[in-house]
Amino acid sequence: MGELCGVVGIGQTKYAAKRGDLSIAGVVREAAIRALEDAELEWKDIDAVVIGKAPDMFEGVMMPELYLADALGAVGKPMLRVHTAGSVGGSTSIVAASLIQAGIHDRVLTVAFEKQSDSNAMWALSSKQPFSPHINAGAGGYFAPLIRTYIRRSQAPDHIGMLVAFKDRLNALKNPYAHLHIEDISMQKIEDSFMLWAPIRYLESCPSSDGACAMVLAREALAKDAPRPPAWVLGTAMRTEPTMFAGREEVNPQAGKDCAADVYRQAGIENPRRDIDVAEVYVPFSWFEPMWMENLGFAEDGEGWKMTDEGETALDGDMPINPSGGVLSSNPIGASGMIRFAEAALQVRGMAGEHQIDGARVALGHAYGGGSQYFSMWIVSSEQP
Amino acid sequence: MREVAIVSFAQAPNVRDAGAKNEVELLMPVAHAALERAGLTLQEIGFTCSGSSDYLAGAPFSFVMAIDALGAWPPISESHVEMDGAWALYEAWVKIQHGAADSALVYGFGKSSSGEIRDVLSLQLDPYYVAPLWPDSISLAALQARALLESSRYSEKDLAEVAVRSRRNARSNPNAQLAGDVDPAALLAEPYLVSPLRKHDCPPISDGVAAVVLAAGDLARRICQRPAWIRGIDHRIEPHSLGVRDLTRSPSTELAAEKAGVQQGPIDLAELHAPFTHQELILRDALGLRDDVELNPSGGALAANPVMVAGLTRIGEAASRISAGSAQRAVAHATSGPCLQQNLVCVLEGE
Repeated sequence: MGELCGVVGIGQTKYAAKRGDLSIAGVVREAAIRALEDAELEWKDIDAVVIGKAPDMFEGVMMPELYLADALGAVGKPMLRVHTAGSVGGSTSIVAASLIQAGIHDRVLTVAFEKQSDSNAMWALSSKQPFSPHINAGAGGYFAPLIRTYIRRSQAPDHIGMLVAFKDRLNALKNPYAHLHIEDISMQKIEDSFMLWAPIRYLESCPSSDGACAMVLAREALAKDAPRPPAWVLGTAMRTEPTMFAGREEVNPQAGKDCAADVYRQAGIENPRRDIDVAEVYVPFSWFEPMWMENLGFAEDGEGWKMTDEGETALDGDMPINPSGGVLSSNPIGASGMIRFAEAALQVRGMAGEHQIDGARVALGHAYGGGSQYFSMWIVSSEQP
Repeated sequence: MREVAIVSFAQAPNVRDAGAKNEVELLMPVAHAALERAGLTLQEIGFTCSGSSDYLAGAPFSFVMAIDALGAWPPISESHVEMDGAWALYEAWVKIQHGAADSALVYGFGKSSSGEIRDVLSLQLDPYYVAPLWPDSISLAALQARALLESSRYSEKDLAEVAVRSRRNARSNPNAQLAGDVDPAALLAEPYLVSPLRKHDCPPISDGVAAVVLAAGDLARRICQRPAWIRGIDHRIEPHSLGVRDLTRSPSTELAAEKAGVQQGPIDLAELHAPFTHQELILRDALGLRDDVELNPSGGALAANPVMVAGLTRIGEAASRISAGSAQRAVAHATSGPCLQQNLVCVLEGE
């Protein structure tokens, strides 16, 4: 079905609470130039630009792609702007891939960013909506009740969330781009951090970050000739369901299960735990690791926490999750999904540096957003199908 | 390339202020009407894509609420662009080209009445050097109109005649806001709003919704007696800095028109997304349209300009006329950004 798409260039900025050294244009350009350098290409080699970010209120710029056209070398080219809530970084990658897969373009640059320090995400997420009751909850306040429901149902012990945070924060120390490098991280330090939204402690939460991620995607013949090994896109999927309705399963959403089933089918994955070597999964609050392990079919319902508890999701485990340190360590919101997709690609390209999983051949990139209702996923492989 | 057609189009009457009706309430009847006309249910649709902007509602994630209007259960394959719905249609067309879907529901929605749209659009500008000065959308358009008048290609009378024709055409469009017979001399006697633009040169403020169903090949033929085939579709962007652009031309429209193959056959109808009178003249030139082309039979964006919708509406209006048999080969256009910064061109044709 369609043309084969390969990831031939990846670029990331150093993620930080405030990139005061760069404008918004500077942030996206830093990532885009690194992706072009990785692919050994120039701006003129790019046919189209697909850009994504989360709500425009995070920076206070309406449709910033208009202003960024110059900085991203898009002048005279097609430029698309995607926005699908927290999953947007993933969806943006998928839209870019579809331009290659449909045979419309040879090479596409895709970029996702957030410059959270330009505004206040908590404010932007909680502004008074014209037709809804005003809730000053932010993301953590929204997701904490889902986590409590998960703990009650699965009887997971209290330390699981802290274990996830400890693992991801250790992994981040091996990723030079990660925002949080907490050298003296320990279970005790996490336990002692203050409670934000029970049971989510401060150190079990994602930071607010500035940063961007970029990828260059190319059609088969060009990807084969790329200077560095490409990551081949074996499947892409997006799913959406409404935010709320009576009886909606919010902890283990159907949209996530359907999205995973679709992408596994495309990639020929029968048993995800066996067939996937490493996964970058969108975990903004620690407990979402075990929750997504079940949603993605890596564990039976109610058993996801055991993977974390037994160290299976660690770097040296049999199903490494978020070797990069994940969203818990870097969270430029609109880019966080693309970072998952790009880190999955880095793993199968063998270019993940200190957090490389030896012999990774097949990797999953995962993102979600809204009230656990928007999902985007891709499977990439070192082997050309 | 796969054959893809517009098989159904629906829109809400455009109004100055939809008041207490929220986006879900506006969208719901329109999305379902588009599906019904195509004879498809949401679950039979392969891909759904929408266009909207959070800044119209002044709230994040306004598109999230909109999916409530669809009844997206079981979960659907869906995406969203923070752009006019015309670009959502482009994304859906790509999805069908890829073979990942055989049909798509596309919609755009926007309540321009929720804020001061003239000022809201200022937030599209360079946030460091331009937006803090708050140049509003009409003032920027006036700069462009001034440049065009000074090029001596057109006069203020030419601008007024665009307005006269738009309103005359809109008389047969029940969804238009501004319609009627007006005398160009009377329009030219009006004072300037922002020189050289008078009120009739500017679009009305509109709340609106539009939805389109796309289908590929035989599916399109089965569900529509006369599908409007998309023979070419392309979009291009120009620099953001007004100072580096020639505002009297639209090179991005010229390039998109070439890629979409506008000149590969005779055009008998054009629906152009020109919110300002002078922009229609610039676009006509950029597309190389001959004098006998029927222009904006719907009245265009000068008769109703729901932001984030008006571009998709142009495509839907052109497709409707092809499906009705009153046009054979049409060009539809959508724009985004200050002074026609970004433009999409779509060529539609009957069997």
